[in-house]
Amino acid sequence: MIHVSNLTKHYGDFQALKNVSFDVAKGEILGFLGPNGAGKTTTMRILTGYMPPTSGTVTVAGYDVTTDSLEVRKRLGYLPETVPLYPEMTVWGYLDFMARLRGVDKRERRIDEAMEKVRIADHADVMIGKLSKGYRQRLGLAQALLHDPEVLILDEPTIGLDPRQIIEVRELIRGLAQDHTVILSTHILPEVSQTCTRVLIINEGQIVAEGTPERLMARLKGAERIFVQLAGADGNEARRLFQSMDGILAVDDKGNGAYEVECALGTDKRPEIARAVVNRGWGLLELRPVGMSLEEIFLKLTTE
Amino acid sequence: MKNTLTIARREIQAYFVSPIAYVVAAAFLAVMGYFFAMILYYSREATMRYTLGNMTTVLLFVAPILTMRLLAEEQRMGTIELLLTAPVKDWEVVLGKFLGSLTLYACMLGVSLYFPFVLTIVGNPDLGPMVSGYVGMLLLGGALLSLGVLTSSLTQNQIVSAVLGVVLIVLLWLVSALGDVTGAPLSGVFQYLALSGHFYDFFKGVIDTRDVIYYLSVIAAALFLATRVLETRRWR
Repeated sequence: MIHVSNLTKHYGDFQALKNVSFDVAKGEILGFLGPNGAGKTTTMRILTGYMPPTSGTVTVAGYDVTTDSLEVRKRLGYLPETVPLYPEMTVWGYLDFMARLRGVDKRERRIDEAMEKVRIADHADVMIGKLSKGYRQRLGLAQALLHDPEVLILDEPTIGLDPRQIIEVRELIRGLAQDHTVILSTHILPEVSQTCTRVLIINEGQIVAEGTPERLMARLKGAERIFVQLAGADGNEARRLFQSMDGILAVDDKGNGAYEVECALGTDKRPEIARAVVNRGWGLLELRPVGMSLEEIFLKLTTE
Repeated sequence: MKNTLTIARREIQAYFVSPIAYVVAAAFLAVMGYFFAMILYYSREATMRYTLGNMTTVLLFVAPILTMRLLAEEQRMGTIELLLTAPVKDWEVVLGKFLGSLTLYACMLGVSLYFPFVLTIVGNPDLGPMVSGYVGMLLLGGALLSLGVLTSSLTQNQIVSAVLGVVLIVLLWLVSALGDVTGAPLSGVFQYLALSGHFYDFFKGVIDTRDVIYYLSVIAAALFLATRVLETRRWR
């Protein structure tokens, strides 16, 4: 659906994007992850035809964004980082304006549907200037959905929402994925693992990792880690015990009888550890594998 | 064209919910009423000629105030991103904005028809010069508004936009003075380029196609440049 190849963007001497390439298939929800200033917004602005790239090509639904910009724009719904609203208009008036600009058929029905989807229908006659941040964000989303576009590009769609609204919006986005293709950017990590089918981590204008949230975590783990919580054990003795076992690479004493044991990738030492602990007569309070969180992966990738 | 009208429609609605339109229109009509009354009192002549002639100077400041918001505010609020990613061409945006301001200005002129109407009651005025005078006001106003749209595209700040607009208009108004410095043959060119040299005939009752073409050319050139400015914004 979206094909990006060798995308480069310069702002004067500053290189915002360096040779970025990726593809997005129909029905996918692609999460763009990266620290502020990594190039997320720049990429999205190029995809929407707001800015042309310095070099490289982007096609959306088979149309090139620089040569067939209007065709691309017809098929796009876009929620920019700063929600573009006219404070002196009412919610309904604004959506009506956008629907007209986008040439939407059966305007009134489409507006009602969009308002229903983001749950803003009860505010239809309120002036936008009087809306709270959460409602503004939702109105921005309604505007992007109005014409039922094939591709949705959402720049930080859940920013400024309260936790319940965040869950609602995530559900909404997941629901859209069936017949829409979605690209969303965020720096909130749980959002990516909960909403997206695929993640693209971008740092300093380059893609540093790509894959499903699960696969990314697996790939970057490097080793299996096991958390052990003991009761009634002598600290040094327990450590020596773990270190003496086969296939254990490192032991990290977390204090208060807690340890993190690292063993080779693909092995599970839990049965051996349990047996050894019980043989010593210590209490085994907890024994579980430790997954590397997306936070850790993200930090690892973007601080190197 | 449909997109242009959609944008113009929104712009007109925005004018009527903001105080600026009412304040500017009221001031315009009040000043016009003052000119009209004074001129009528002293000249005892049933004509709009002198009133309209004086109003051109007022228009010089009114036009940039009407247009200062149009593109500057879109850029400040980020809503320009919405317009430039909607399936709308850049020139449709610019033309829509211009038509919005022109409609408001035409409404102001429409209300001011009250003055010639008074003349037909108290006197026996010649209708021809009044009609051509209003055509001239509309054309001159259109040219000034288009220049205002151009300066509004250059900045995010409404005040900067208005000041630049006044400066640009005053310069183009007085560019004929350069002709006195250079002498012939350039003086003729500067004479023709000046905004101030093309409305007196209208007020006297003459619609000269050269003047009409001049004002339409100014409008086309200013809107074209504004579109280009908007386009280069994408490249930055």
